[in-house]
Amino acid sequence: MTNPAFQSRRKFLQNIGYISVGFSFFPGCAAESDPVMASRIDYLGDLPRVMERAHQVNAWLQVLADGRVKVYSGKVELGQGIRVAIQAVAAEELDMDLDRVAVHLAETGVTPNEGYTAGSGSIKSSAMSVRYAAATARSELLKLASARLEAPLENLTLYNGTIRSTVDDKSIEIQNLLQGKQIETTVTTPVPIKAKDQHKYVGKAIPRQDIHKMVAGEPVYIQDLRFPGMVHARIVRPPNHRSELVSLDDARLKQQVPGIIKTVVNGNFLGVMAQREYQAVKAERYLREHSQWTTPQTFPAMENLYDHIRDIADAPENIRDDGEAAATLEKGNTLKSTYTKPYIKHGSLGPGCAVALYDREVLHVWSNSQGIYPLREALAAMLSMEPDNIHIVSVPGPGCYGHSTPDDAAADAALLALEYPGKHIRLQWSRDDENSWEPYGSAIIADLAASLDENGKIEAWISDIWTDSHSTRPNKDAGTLLTARQLENPSQMQSPGYRGGGHRNGDPYYAIPNLQLNAHYFDGPLRVSSLRSLGAFANIFAIESFMDELAEVAGKDPLDFRIEHLDDQRAIAVIQKVKAMTAAETVGAGEGLGYAFSRYKNYDGYAAVAVRLKVDAASGGVSLIKMWAAVDHGEVINLDGLKNQTEGGMIQAASWALHEQVTFDQEKITSTDWSKYPIMRFNDIPEVEVAVIDRPLEPVLGGGETAGPPTGAAIANAVYRASGKRIYDLPITLEKISNQQ
Amino acid sequence: MPRYTLNVNNTPREVEAEGDTPLLYVLRDHLELNGPKFGCGVAQCGSCMVLIDGKAAVSCTLPVSSVGQSEITTLEGLADDNGKLHAVQEAMVQEQAAQCGYCLNGVIISAVSLLNKNPNPGISDIKNALQANLCRCGTHTRMIKAVAAAKNR
Repeated sequence: MTNPAFQSRRKFLQNIGYISVGFSFFPGCAAESDPVMASRIDYLGDLPRVMERAHQVNAWLQVLADGRVKVYSGKVELGQGIRVAIQAVAAEELDMDLDRVAVHLAETGVTPNEGYTAGSGSIKSSAMSVRYAAATARSELLKLASARLEAPLENLTLYNGTIRSTVDDKSIEIQNLLQGKQIETTVTTPVPIKAKDQHKYVGKAIPRQDIHKMVAGEPVYIQDLRFPGMVHARIVRPPNHRSELVSLDDARLKQQVPGIIKTVVNGNFLGVMAQREYQAVKAERYLREHSQWTTPQTFPAMENLYDHIRDIADAPENIRDDGEAAATLEKGNTLKSTYTKPYIKHGSLGPGCAVALYDREVLHVWSNSQGIYPLREALAAMLSMEPDNIHIVSVPGPGCYGHSTPDDAAADAALLALEYPGKHIRLQWSRDDENSWEPYGSAIIADLAASLDENGKIEAWISDIWTDSHSTRPNKDAGTLLTARQLENPSQMQSPGYRGGGHRNGDPYYAIPNLQLNAHYFDGPLRVSSLRSLGAFANIFAIESFMDELAEVAGKDPLDFRIEHLDDQRAIAVIQKVKAMTAAETVGAGEGLGYAFSRYKNYDGYAAVAVRLKVDAASGGVSLIKMWAAVDHGEVINLDGLKNQTEGGMIQAASWALHEQVTFDQEKITSTDWSKYPIMRFNDIPEVEVAVIDRPLEPVLGGGETAGPPTGAAIANAVYRASGKRIYDLPITLEKISNQQ
Repeated sequence: MPRYTLNVNNTPREVEAEGDTPLLYVLRDHLELNGPKFGCGVAQCGSCMVLIDGKAAVSCTLPVSSVGQSEITTLEGLADDNGKLHAVQEAMVQEQAAQCGYCLNGVIISAVSLLNKNPNPGISDIKNALQANLCRCGTHTRMIKAVAAAKNR
């Protein structure tokens, strides 16, 4: 099977030629008269780093034969609404209606290589690249038209794809101006971008276009892909990551389960394909019952997890050392606390899924991976193929919130596709496998120590953070794929991945003269990778709990105490805002109102969060009543998208803080379904109110991960106010509240 | 292999499947419907819900052999004869009540089931009715608002 768009676009990326893609859909509009042109200002700042590689306008934007514009982004839709944000930015700069802009998200050979969709970087990187490419396209189009129409630039306007002269009736449509060519101009500063006070879409609440498809049951997700002749596959995973397949008896499988196509055994990788999906499910069960695996003891006793982590950690690495923290702490008046956060899951609502087809030349893979180009490198390494012979199409999937199982599912499907060429293989993971094999968010220990001066201000602070890796995402090392580790010739991961994410936000954002941060890295017992906000959730839980403890020792109001230690007016502004939002709250008996603040990564978005909750005196059970957030992400692109991300991030973090913990015995993961890994359900959901401080003249900051970290801490602080119990160990369960002395 | 004639979205649909095949697989794989989603396979998350005779039910553990002549309605079957979406579907769009949207199927089905028996539910009724549905993106508050708005449509 070949995909014409893919082939021709791939050629473009190699040769930088041009393409034209037909469109069946043409929007009805036309009659509206052109508005007065918005003024432009020169953008002189940095261009996104991805533009060093993809620097030409046509890497990001193409004019279609019907005058519509197609924008290419290497980012993927994760439910964060990136598609509409990119669409809005392009429409804004080109003065086009939104529906004249189509967005083509990540596909190898077609879109720019933007690495992973992660770290709240899509707006900052991809949408800003599109903004500068579209703005450059606009000025180039006007220059071309000026020459063609023999009209001075200042007499020309561009609106909805038509360039008109304001002094006579000359006009030309952009597709006729380009005549099949594309704009190959390199994007360089200064870029003339639209003045922000004249924005029509950007900064407003722009509805997403995909929700009406979701509610109507139209095909949206990777799970909804269907191809003629497609077959279904399941994998039988071992009991644990050190297990080996001892024996398999599949001789009677075909008699017992109809529709079986093939069993594939490769080392400890055991897969099965069938005509119908449920036949594959039954085959998986049959093979599980008819296979023997070793089950070596591989995990520490769960109750000793944190001692185990301290035992296995490397010598500490100093990350930051301002002033004389250690010496100052020795002078006395020192408070020390230890906070812990267990392993937690991404817990995607839909387990891993992928489709693959090997057409005997090219391996095609459909995946909801967060990084299709890095996945291609990993697949190429695992399968000993040339990356150019692997074509990956990004398809939206259920939310994953970091590096979860889509890449592994793609690797499973790819391996099976090579075993059964010419057929689309749809591979679906089970819930049990998802819960047992996804790479979790690392367990973290934070030892904090601080001292106060005679005025009750923090004089010195030391954070010691114990953490495993926070990214083992796919790359050219095949061992990053679970599948590759289980093959007859296994590849084990060559590097621990990105461990620095573990001490993210480990040093407080507060102005403290003597400040030290040390990281104690460990290679822990459970598989880990990036989970939304990486180490920041645990570290801000620790720091912001500790800030309340310090404020109490200093005899100060917790919010005033924070403001006393801040120099950054934007940080103070979000705290003041959330204080104002909760000023009228009166807490009842057994209730508590807790606060927390963080600036994500210490250089990204700002959030102050408040939580009002009730602790049941008898049981220790926590009921959330309301949560508030005030956030500042600089320039807002899509107001509603940002609010949605903030609300969702808070609820997800509340679920982490109150409910979540990966459980295991010494042989296997035991939190294999939603009864053993409960998350928040509708009855637990509080009211949520979000205030966004828009700063249109400030750079865009990432919005996906800002409000989660302070939410966990605000809950812990509210529990303390409600019950008098300070919780140091997540999750905040009723046993800990009722039993702790 | 056994054959079953199912009543799906007001249309008789003939399928050939082993009797123990859960309804979910028949709807997705045999009948190529997208509404009901696979989430857990053990009746814990609600992603796979359909209306059976107007009441929300999980389809991932329900053998096709036990469905009989019950009226099965999926997300695709909620619109009226003119293609106008159900009030709950419209309200979800209006409130932008999705991030990834994977749970929306079950949430909408549960909400329609609730409104079928209680046209004027309060917030706690709505939460109770959605208790069988998991959402991982944290879009709950928007969905609750949407259901509350839908009852007035």
